[in-house]
Amino acid sequence: MRIRKRRAILRKRSTKRVSRSRFGNMMVVLFLLLLGIFIALPIYYVIISSVKPISELFYFPPRFYVLDPTTDNFLSLIKLQSQSEVPFERYLFNSVLVSGISTVGYVMLASMAAYALAKHKFPLKGFITQAVVIAILFRPEVTSVPQYILMSKVGMIDTYWAVILPAMAGSFGVFLLQQFLDTVPNELIEAGRIDGASEYAIYFRLIMPMLKPAWMTVIIFTFISIWNTTGVQFIYSENLKMLPAMLSSLSTAGIARTGVAAAVAVLMMIPPVVIFLFSQNSIVETMAHSGMKG
Amino acid sequence: MKTKIKGSKPRKKRSFLYKYGSTMFFLLPWLALFCFFVVIPILVAVFFSFTDFDMVRSPQFVGIRNYVSLFLDDETFIKSLSNTFFYALVTGPAGYLISFAVAWLINEIGSKFWRSVLTLVFYSPALAGNVYMMWNYIFSGDSYGLLNSWLTELGILSKPIQWLTDPAYNSMAVVIVILWMSMGVGFLSFVAGFKQLNKDLFEAGAIDGVRNRWQELWYITLPQMVPQLKIGAVLSISGAFAVGGVNAALTGNPSTDYSTHTVLLHMTDYGYSRYEMGYASAIAVVLFVLMLVFWKLIHGVLNRFSTD
Repeated sequence: MRIRKRRAILRKRSTKRVSRSRFGNMMVVLFLLLLGIFIALPIYYVIISSVKPISELFYFPPRFYVLDPTTDNFLSLIKLQSQSEVPFERYLFNSVLVSGISTVGYVMLASMAAYALAKHKFPLKGFITQAVVIAILFRPEVTSVPQYILMSKVGMIDTYWAVILPAMAGSFGVFLLQQFLDTVPNELIEAGRIDGASEYAIYFRLIMPMLKPAWMTVIIFTFISIWNTTGVQFIYSENLKMLPAMLSSLSTAGIARTGVAAAVAVLMMIPPVVIFLFSQNSIVETMAHSGMKG
Repeated sequence: MKTKIKGSKPRKKRSFLYKYGSTMFFLLPWLALFCFFVVIPILVAVFFSFTDFDMVRSPQFVGIRNYVSLFLDDETFIKSLSNTFFYALVTGPAGYLISFAVAWLINEIGSKFWRSVLTLVFYSPALAGNVYMMWNYIFSGDSYGLLNSWLTELGILSKPIQWLTDPAYNSMAVVIVILWMSMGVGFLSFVAGFKQLNKDLFEAGAIDGVRNRWQELWYITLPQMVPQLKIGAVLSISGAFAVGGVNAALTGNPSTDYSTHTVLLHMTDYGYSRYEMGYASAIAVVLFVLMLVFWKLIHGVLNRFSTD
């Protein structure tokens, strides 16, 4: 009897949520389901289109399933484009090169800067921290005209650098890393200093490993944004352009190119989705500290 | 342990380096890029907005002439400004609310696995990035367009509608696509914010008479979420006023009768097609001011929610 009572109390305590009506729960599921279908349908349609043979692509009315899946679209992507001026592989190479360099570079520079901003004392620190937050407002698109003026003065236009370097100047990653670093106790760093470790050793041996969830997050955000940059404003030479530029010309080329465009879209989706799947927990952990105080 | 070294100037300099050497090592590489690509461009835009500059001849100072012609002579600009306000005021708040609502409802789901799956599904349009260009096929104007063929099948339409080129419909198409991909980084921030709420407060609330999830949301959850709501607001404003990319990709640039033209597109038009950099800079400055003003407003509103 007593045990049963205690169990009842325990059970009551362990229910962390209060008063959830069953009707409400059903509405929650229904709402998420309907909205989720609306969100997922276009992506599903793209994937389906990428494996449709020509005959089914032209089937009227368009169908949401595929009878005879094929890899033709992916193969013709390589065939078609290798006859044209710039082959598909070149766009792919440019995309991988530019996103790779800017992502790795940005994570390095941003975490170093965030460490200084979070744990060092120096003049203008408050001012720079404020600037970091305000700068999140200004997306690269918005500042692109004056950026263009500056970059053309130093001869950077129409090179890879015109995409890579601006990508490494963003402030959102610094903001995230700095917020995350605020949760690292100062005593830990003090202890390192007392043990005679140099600032550099503290950063590379102590801080960097602890920051792992945060830089995983910055990696995925930076990678997504660069991977999807067309960069056409700063790069004119077709052989320096990246995959999004190719997708944008294919997607407006009409129905004859639907299958190939869908194939490019699917290939472009794969890297971000894979990285996200591997880093989802890190992202949630990091974004929990992403709030703005004050 | 502070030791002050008094002495000649060179020694003082060395002590500055000694004190801030490592700080500079960590901070300067990024700060230099940040200054060159973010801070200086903003200042440069303000400077050139008062000049006539075509990238070839040296800039001529013209006072506020660019601003005067923007607001008084440039009908396309006024059109693009009102379009931008329309998109910003519709997609900004709506996207923000949808992100928050979905994050909240995902948090109400009990199973951890389904929470992860749902987060991925709702984040996927933002994650997939340029895949939004495939909406071209959905809204395509011929009868093979997905939407047209559906509506024809259902007997609602007798002939296809030019969703993307007809000014009566193309704004709506743009709004749908923007909302479709509005669950981005801000959404992830909300999802994470819900996860780290203080559980004790919910129990205390239950004891103090919180009866349903709406009361719980309003009295207990929202005040704790203010930091996340703020960063979400920053991200949503920065996206809402930078609207233009989706418009250009779907409805063409320029669109029919400038029906979906935005301030951003107007700026790139003058900047990259006409090389009237002074005028383009003035447009950029208008955008900067708009975003800062809206940020100040929303920041003030959110601070009222905050408990501390």
